[in-house]
Amino acid sequence: MELKAVGTAGTLESSDVMITLEPTTSGGIDLTLESSVINQYGRQIKAEVLASLERLGVKNAKVIVNDHGALDCTIKARVECAYYRACQCDMDGKFDWGGVIR
Amino acid sequence: MKNSVGREIPAEALAVELKNGRKYEPYQGKGYRDGKYIKKAGPTSRIYQKPIESKILPSIRDAVIACGIKDGMTVSFHHHFRNGDYIVNMVMKEIVNLGIKDITIAASSLGDAHDPIAEYIEQGIVTGIQTSGIRGKMGDVVSHGKLKTPAILRSHGGRVRAIEEGDVHIDVAFIGAPTADEYGNARALGGKGDCGVLSYAVVDSEYADKVVVITDTLVEYPNFPPSIHGVNVDYVVKVDEIGNPKKIASAAARMTQNPRDLMMAENTAKIIAATPWFKDGFSFQTGAGGPSLAVNRFLEPLMDAKGIKMAWAIGGITAAICDLQRKGKVGKIIDVQDFDTGAIEDIRTNPNHFEMTASEYANPANKGAFVNKLDFVVLAALEVDIDFNVNVITGSDGVLRGAPGGHPDTAEGAKCCVIVTPLTRGRMATICEHVVTVTTPGDCVDVVVTDYGTAVNPNRKDIIEALDAAGIKHVPIKELQEKAYSLVGRPDDLQWKDKVVAILEARDGTILDVVKEIKPYEI
Repeated sequence: MELKAVGTAGTLESSDVMITLEPTTSGGIDLTLESSVINQYGRQIKAEVLASLERLGVKNAKVIVNDHGALDCTIKARVECAYYRACQCDMDGKFDWGGVIR
Repeated sequence: MKNSVGREIPAEALAVELKNGRKYEPYQGKGYRDGKYIKKAGPTSRIYQKPIESKILPSIRDAVIACGIKDGMTVSFHHHFRNGDYIVNMVMKEIVNLGIKDITIAASSLGDAHDPIAEYIEQGIVTGIQTSGIRGKMGDVVSHGKLKTPAILRSHGGRVRAIEEGDVHIDVAFIGAPTADEYGNARALGGKGDCGVLSYAVVDSEYADKVVVITDTLVEYPNFPPSIHGVNVDYVVKVDEIGNPKKIASAAARMTQNPRDLMMAENTAKIIAATPWFKDGFSFQTGAGGPSLAVNRFLEPLMDAKGIKMAWAIGGITAAICDLQRKGKVGKIIDVQDFDTGAIEDIRTNPNHFEMTASEYANPANKGAFVNKLDFVVLAALEVDIDFNVNVITGSDGVLRGAPGGHPDTAEGAKCCVIVTPLTRGRMATICEHVVTVTTPGDCVDVVVTDYGTAVNPNRKDIIEALDAAGIKHVPIKELQEKAYSLVGRPDDLQWKDKVVAILEARDGTILDVVKEIKPYEI
């Protein structure tokens, strides 16, 4: 599936992360990361976001991550949700649970 | 050189010069300086033999001039007005306006109210900071290496020792007071912004060369009984407001309703009750934080069940302990600081609620402070590591934003020191492998209570036996740390530059740890 529009998921609450995906046509993944725990977890957050995007098959996108101490499971879920929103597709409930959705 | 809590103390820190020529040593362990002697420093004090009617000067500026403040001097302040304080900023503004520079601020603590000082640090006007607490913009600029000399951070007891020993010499002390008379007798009650006690400022009044009392409420002479004695005061200044009364004394801290906090508090009370010191006439201190404060509430039924009373409570006093005393369950309250209006109201009227000096409270170098007789202390922490070392000063980003306060003093003094903290806060592991900065050494910490279990310092076999006998479960602290990391992931080490920005003194004046300049994180 292709990213068609800007897709956002998550909140700015403590222990959550807000992910924004914006379609681009080239240039790979352009990641902007802000986090309240960047000094201790910035590397892990970045790795988690990039791994999730790869799994979802996103090659080119502008990605904005605004983290307030989310756990890895939350980060994955927010990336996946932002992806489906950006794709603007009606999955009719047939999400790939356990496949690209972890 | 590594100290006894395994921290590398750079030569740069050990070489920092103290006023009396004493050489810094790395921390050597609990009780290291016991039995040694110190020669107390003394101030150079002006003789006032010819009677004068009044010591009142028209303004702070006049007082700064009259005291002869010059480049390179050290001025001191207290923190009884907490975040409502106007004194530090008012005085520093006049000093700066007079073009005086290279100033060291030696305060009992500093807080968010003192953000303007950050600018004086960046301008190179304030070149030294000695304090317990450092937060807000000031913590930020110091962490980014803007202060010319390393900040020296001490516990409340350690500060008194440092002043008495002459590690720091105060040229001029500025003491904000809710009331004062024309001779400088100062009290903490009866004014517009009462703070209850002036305990931390007493050592300043006794050891500074010049002492200025600043008040917004002048009262008839003699203002007795005084906290600060007029015989130690050179000048008195009346200003419009010493601070914001609403921030000087906050309403009583609301008892937490957070079930996690309540569970930890209840477990802490049970642990206390299972130790041999929980008997009639025991003594107790707790902090004002959520779970620590809630321990009061769970201790009461356990005291009733055993038919025992508390002989005395000390520390930063809150309405919670005053309420317990009103029910006849606490003999005396000995007060070094008031955290809420309830505590201030209580010391005004209650004959068994007394003011003490910071030295009486926690000074390791006098002949026996209250903390040395303390049975239990319940404290909070930002981080605790697998060696039981506690950090209460640096955040997870390595920036200064806290205060050792009485933490290291009570932890070393008390027979049983209990730290209460959730296992994780957001993504931060509170129980970790190595704390960012050691502010209370692990050899003083006995029990750690978290929402995922309790750990006892293996050095405290007596406490382990007592808990086992009472059927209270506890686990090795390593298990708690592993549980925390399994939830939030293993944190990366913080990245530092080489420059030492702050020295964490142990209460005996050795070096417990240093804080270095933080390196901006790059992913």
